[in-house]
Amino acid sequence: MACKAEVEESFHTVTPVGTVLGSGRGRTADQVAGSVLATCAMVSFLAVAAIVLYMVQKGAPAILEVGWKEILFGRVWDPVGTPPRFGILYIVLTSLVGTCLAVLLGSSVGVLTAVFLAELAREPWAGIVRTAVELLAGIPSVVYGLLGIYLLNPLMYRLERKVFAGSDRHQFTGGANLLCAVLVLAVMILPTVISVTETAIRSVGQELRAASLALGASRMQTIFRQILPAARSGVATGVVLGVGRALGESMAVMLVAGNCVNVPLPFCSVRFLTTAIVSEMGYAQGTHRGVLFAIGLVLFGFITLINGVVLGILKKGASKFG
Amino acid sequence: MGKGTLYRKRLRTVEVFASAAIYGASSLAVFLLLGILCYVFWKGWGILDPVFLTSVTSALKQTVGIGGNMVNTLYIVVLTLLVVMPVGVGAAVYLNEYAGHSKGRFLVEGAIEILAGVPSVVFGLFGMTFFGSVLHMGYSLLNGAMTLSCMVLPLVVQNTQEALRAVPQEYRAGALGVGASRWHMIRTVLLPAARPGIATGMILAVGRIAGESAALLFTAGSGRFLPRLDQGLPGNVWELLGKVKSSGGTIAVELYLQMQNGRYDVAFGAACVLLVLVLAIQVLLGAVGKGAGS
Amino acid sequence: MSKITVRNLNLYYGSRQVLKGVDLQIRERSVMALLGPSGCGKSSFLRCLNRMNDLTKDSRVEGEVLLDGENVYDRRVDTMLLRKKVGMVFQQPTPFPMSIYDNVAYGPRSHGIRRKEILDEIVEQALQDAFLYGEVRDGLKRPAGGLSGGQKQRLCIARALAVSPEVLLMDEPTSALDPSSTLRIEDLIKELAKKLTIVMVTHNMQQAVRISHDAALFLEGEVVEWGSAGQIFLRPRDMRTEAYISGRF
Repeated sequence: MACKAEVEESFHTVTPVGTVLGSGRGRTADQVAGSVLATCAMVSFLAVAAIVLYMVQKGAPAILEVGWKEILFGRVWDPVGTPPRFGILYIVLTSLVGTCLAVLLGSSVGVLTAVFLAELAREPWAGIVRTAVELLAGIPSVVYGLLGIYLLNPLMYRLERKVFAGSDRHQFTGGANLLCAVLVLAVMILPTVISVTETAIRSVGQELRAASLALGASRMQTIFRQILPAARSGVATGVVLGVGRALGESMAVMLVAGNCVNVPLPFCSVRFLTTAIVSEMGYAQGTHRGVLFAIGLVLFGFITLINGVVLGILKKGASKFG
Repeated sequence: MGKGTLYRKRLRTVEVFASAAIYGASSLAVFLLLGILCYVFWKGWGILDPVFLTSVTSALKQTVGIGGNMVNTLYIVVLTLLVVMPVGVGAAVYLNEYAGHSKGRFLVEGAIEILAGVPSVVFGLFGMTFFGSVLHMGYSLLNGAMTLSCMVLPLVVQNTQEALRAVPQEYRAGALGVGASRWHMIRTVLLPAARPGIATGMILAVGRIAGESAALLFTAGSGRFLPRLDQGLPGNVWELLGKVKSSGGTIAVELYLQMQNGRYDVAFGAACVLLVLVLAIQVLLGAVGKGAGS
Repeated sequence: MSKITVRNLNLYYGSRQVLKGVDLQIRERSVMALLGPSGCGKSSFLRCLNRMNDLTKDSRVEGEVLLDGENVYDRRVDTMLLRKKVGMVFQQPTPFPMSIYDNVAYGPRSHGIRRKEILDEIVEQALQDAFLYGEVRDGLKRPAGGLSGGQKQRLCIARALAVSPEVLLMDEPTSALDPSSTLRIEDLIKELAKKLTIVMVTHNMQQAVRISHDAALFLEGEVVEWGSAGQIFLRPRDMRTEAYISGRF
């Protein structure tokens, strides 16, 4: 079998004529394989470069035209008015607040579940929970959106009527509000956090566990004071991926959150950065379209920033204890 | 022995609370899944019938269906995997086995890290301008697949890398020690050993592709037509191949559009199909992974 | 007086029997050396004494291990308290990825000691008892990963001592170390045996001769012979013991 593959390879490979060493052929295959693989790696890099380039190319003119201060700190979003206004402050705040709350909620549940799977679970429970998590990961975001709008919104509306009963200043949203979006997002990031964290916990060496337990530390002390800290880079990775997913999610929260540009308060109908793009991309023209690309850039900027900060923390953490 | 005795199990409050939190959190995941599955199937079961699954929504024929969307989904999944699997696994192998600790590796891994965080809407915008306008693909399944390839690339690369890292160093040394070339060692030792991890990446990728909507709305569009297969063998083949150049909305996109229009019956029907699809793909891949493991 | 009494101990990993009817007594304030070829069950036996085998999947124990007359496999036993009393040092030094101070303070903190003055005192005492204090006095807050192999192992001993155990189990504590570090640890063990009971697995016959008071020879999960070191090394009763000691295994 290996031999056959070898032949196949040399078929694609220009074997130098007059190779003296028997291993020459294998080495050529090796070189070709190396460069093919390197090309694959390059493609990954080029994809990012291209994305950044196009976002900037399309977004920059609009930013220059409107002015970045007006875009980032303007409170009025009225792209088709006269004159048009392109302030996305509330949209940015919504994305930040919504993501933070969702990640706080989702990753605490997620990390605990990962601990269960990696440290405490016995069969068949481990299998059941793990399957559930895998399947949750597979459920498409539009389905979460559908359930959010169909189940969560009516519940939220009842809660809203109870909380703001008698208030004449509150603008009723029919249940499509920030809180709903946060709940949907929290559920959506669960599988990401769980699977990454579980892998990280499992990769912690058995000797650390044994050493801690041998000192008479309890199971929980061992988990929370040795294993999780030792797995912190993996846990952080899981949380960051969760942040990315929550910040970047659009379809699930689009309808659930109400999609009005508003201050991000729990019971307000709000618009996220992502949903701002989706809801207007279809018809936006000229500067308006450019500003939507600029929003994409802002989103992109946030995510790159978060990634950078966390990578920095990880590197620092890693070098502190050799 | 009185004071020093071992025979005294102590109830540690912190211990109890921590355990309760852990067990509670884990049951929540199971509860959520069961709840979601049951509810969606309960709501969507009514509309599911052969007509719904095989026809397209048409006012003329008075049919409501997502047949065309199902075909589109299949196209997008297959096309995307065809592009992303070789590139993703190749990149991962290069990064782990060839690149050493070079600057290039640092750059590429950083790039992939960034790519992993890019929201799907941004991929949608990018696909629309780059594949759509610059490469003249317009609204097409091909455009959608190319865009999604960029999107799921990190999943494949990172899972493969993780799996490669888990392969003991001795395997590498063992294979190289008997005089195998590096590529030979990778092919015969590393990749088989890393297969479950690669499969995991693929599972996640398929899940994301099947469920993606934001990135497809602006790239693959929302076409609903079934390929016309009444033109003889060569004609049919061309029709099937040519379909990649036409606009097509996946089930998830269709679900979104129907939900937006308030047609919840159709939306739940589509959700059922989507869930069945996702379940089936995962079961299949899970079995493949298990088969490779034993 | 016997600190630990083992009666008819059988250990199984799944269907495989690892220990077969082990009977053994370990005296208080002594060093007991467990000898035998690789895979004969010495380490597994050691891990039975503080129930670390509980962590191994599918492990099952029959028989009794009495610590001061109390069976450690009794249902009422608090394993955390047991492991506090019966400490353990592993073959590979396993400092936690934290500072030297935090490493030593880990055990006491786990058992609820929070006050800094008390912790300071415990840490200093433990480090002194482990012959390490002089070398790390000025860098207690430094990461433990920066220590040399021998220092790391002494740190692990200090860490175990910090919870004031009555018994210390050592699983080939010097096999990963260089000769001079080994001698330091041996001196340390001799000193520690004045205060507590030490059970040590070793492959090194000379080491056993140098520091042990008693010795037991394991072969294929059974104790072939055990007794005072002098008797075992000079007048072995069993032919197999003689064969092992004279290096014919």
